Amino acid sequence: MVGTERWPDGRMDEIAIHFYGSHPSQWELPMSLKAKDLLLTRRELVAGGVASSAVLAAGCGPAKLGDRESLTEGEARTLGVICDEIVPGDEFPSATQAGVLDYIDRQLARAYRRHRDAYTEGLEQAERLSRAKFGKTVAELGGAERLETVRAIERENGAFFELVRSHTMEGYYGSPRHGGNRDAVSWRMLGLEEPPVRGRAQFDLRKGSSS
Amino acid sequence: MKQVNAVIVGAGAAGGIVAKELATAGLSVVLLERGKWYTANDCRKDDLRNQRTTVLGNAFGPEDEGNPRVWVDPRGEAHLALASEGSYQNDAACVGGGTLSYGAQAWRYMPQDFRMRSTYGAPQGSSLEDWPISYDDLEPFYEKAEWEIGVSGDYAGTPFHGPRRRDLPMPPLPPGREFALLEPAARRLGLHPFHIPMARNSIPYNGRGPCMRCRWCCGFACEVDAKNGSQNTVIPVALNTGNCELRTECMVKEILTDDRGRARGVAYFDERGHLQEQLSDLVVVSGCATESARLLLNSKSRLFPNGLGNRYDQVGRHLQGHHYTGAVGFFEQDTYDDIGPGATIAVTDYNHGTPGLCGGGMLANEFIRLPIHMVDRLPAATPRWGVGHKKAMRAWHKRTVVIMGPTQQIPTAEGRVTLDPDVRDKWGLPVVRFSGNVHPHTFEIGAVQAERAEAWLKETGAVSTTRMAGKPETVSAGQHQAGTCRMGNDPKGSVVNRFCQIHDVDNAFVIDSSVHVTNGGFNPALTIMALAYYASAELVRNWKGTGYRS
Repeated sequence: MVGTERWPDGRMDEIAIHFYGSHPSQWELPMSLKAKDLLLTRRELVAGGVASSAVLAAGCGPAKLGDRESLTEGEARTLGVICDEIVPGDEFPSATQAGVLDYIDRQLARAYRRHRDAYTEGLEQAERLSRAKFGKTVAELGGAERLETVRAIERENGAFFELVRSHTMEGYYGSPRHGGNRDAVSWRMLGLEEPPVRGRAQFDLRKGSSS
Repeated sequence: MKQVNAVIVGAGAAGGIVAKELATAGLSVVLLERGKWYTANDCRKDDLRNQRTTVLGNAFGPEDEGNPRVWVDPRGEAHLALASEGSYQNDAACVGGGTLSYGAQAWRYMPQDFRMRSTYGAPQGSSLEDWPISYDDLEPFYEKAEWEIGVSGDYAGTPFHGPRRRDLPMPPLPPGREFALLEPAARRLGLHPFHIPMARNSIPYNGRGPCMRCRWCCGFACEVDAKNGSQNTVIPVALNTGNCELRTECMVKEILTDDRGRARGVAYFDERGHLQEQLSDLVVVSGCATESARLLLNSKSRLFPNGLGNRYDQVGRHLQGHHYTGAVGFFEQDTYDDIGPGATIAVTDYNHGTPGLCGGGMLANEFIRLPIHMVDRLPAATPRWGVGHKKAMRAWHKRTVVIMGPTQQIPTAEGRVTLDPDVRDKWGLPVVRFSGNVHPHTFEIGAVQAERAEAWLKETGAVSTTRMAGKPETVSAGQHQAGTCRMGNDPKGSVVNRFCQIHDVDNAFVIDSSVHVTNGGFNPALTIMALAYYASAELVRNWKGTGYRS
């Protein structure tokens, strides 16, 4: 398809525009991986995350418990609370709604195997903190209590907090191919064209360069 | 295995060019590469796993497992570095080397960059030195690199660069929104902005199409092959001569020498981990500054007990990269246009000529910012997490401009690569150990550059700015690494002569950024390429059919 592009000097150029499918998972992933994305979506549903009805309608099979690669369900619940304080929901999805738990769970079994022990210890400490402060598990905390607990984790276990913060940001703002940023929600939130327009700005070859 | 005329170690920017030049001249060549040859199918737009953002690993090598390095902090404590960590100072390990996934800025150094000591004198504690060759020696080879590899751009706007005989083969890409904002502001400041030279097709060139201006450029391979590296230019030409064999996933263990101290080939581990010997008349080391030094240091023998070319303890010293500083500017209006490669405009007014500073560097706008890059680049008062951070991401992602540049480093003899006494890689070879740090004057220059970047952004209309001018505790090398096998006329103060020939081994050469005496205030790729053409020309000129006689 061909469109026009207006350059800052006001000149209009013909451009070729190519669309490469409507979902990031269609850009480069082979079919086998796309199927896997759906499986992970199902896991997210099981873990208490929220997914759109559109995903439900995509036709997942029966949900299966304990289908994570690395985190236990208990760990995922605790971690989800922390992640959702780092990127809370507002008019756009929260961290867990966007699949950040899937991202972290996958990477702890892959590229972040070296951080697995830090998560075990850090999440245990988060639970101790929560019980000492409020007599409840992290997942049982109310809104203000959650924020207070996560601030306490940041204060008292800074290295672990920074790890979770980095991984949450990666899962939320990074490529959807790793399980986070589901449906490229964060990119849409930032106003990036979605799907991205490729092949744009192929300026008129007969005219040569601008300038 | 049949003896060949030349073995080249490393198929990156330099090795690919040497292979092409020698094979074209009729020499039989084996090109050894430790990494793989990636194809268009590997050009994933993965913003967490590429060569620039490597939180989930390096896209184009090396892998985290089995390839450790060691770095020593200022307190003398040693740390292990994974290949995807910054302290590893990685470039890449693949056919094309860094040029497969680089941003592709293709700069010529300035005439002064080759005579830094004569121009400024050496600051105390530095090893600042002149190159034994000049800009004029390299000029014809810069031109050759620009035309054979393919560079787009336009130097017409700058009065500061050295003379050139021929224009670039391709015009620049059309300017984006940032160019339109930054250009008039730079002129108001009395600067001379112009289009960054890029090894990127702006028009069809060399049988490949032009850039499609996508969001994923620096750090990624190009899926439409519009970015020009050695893997899609000179290496295919070398292979097409029939004189060059490329062997991938082959890790060279050592350079073999004979009783008279001449190189006789290399020993390497093939893709199945089997030790092989490839005998040759010539050996060319093009493994990039870190790994070339390591190979020479690992090539110990009776005549070279401290490693090849290391008679005077020079191999590995004067390690340098670039000290990147700059500023982030935040604007009231949208500055982001989602058109790659992003980096388009530069000024070179600040590379030389500031009283009290030994050099300086080029300043340019940044490659396109992916959302993950914005997370820690928000205005200073922004909360680091929570809904305030999320709102700031929304507010500023499309209203941010980054100006930064490579400050030319002042080298020191102590900033260096040695072999770690204990740690081995997956082949059992001693690994690189980094020690030393950046010369303090480099930080002084970098701080001034950051102020200049900030001033440019303010003139452009930024409502707030943040300076970026860190003082890392480690040596600086990274993708712009250089300087470990210094070129010089004095064998006691350098490793290779002015033709990249190791001083006391007349048939062994180091041809890559290792030989850079200083590293300019520019991305080094085109200079590495020009040097490779220059050294190859001399090599071919002296080739006598079965051997090299200088």
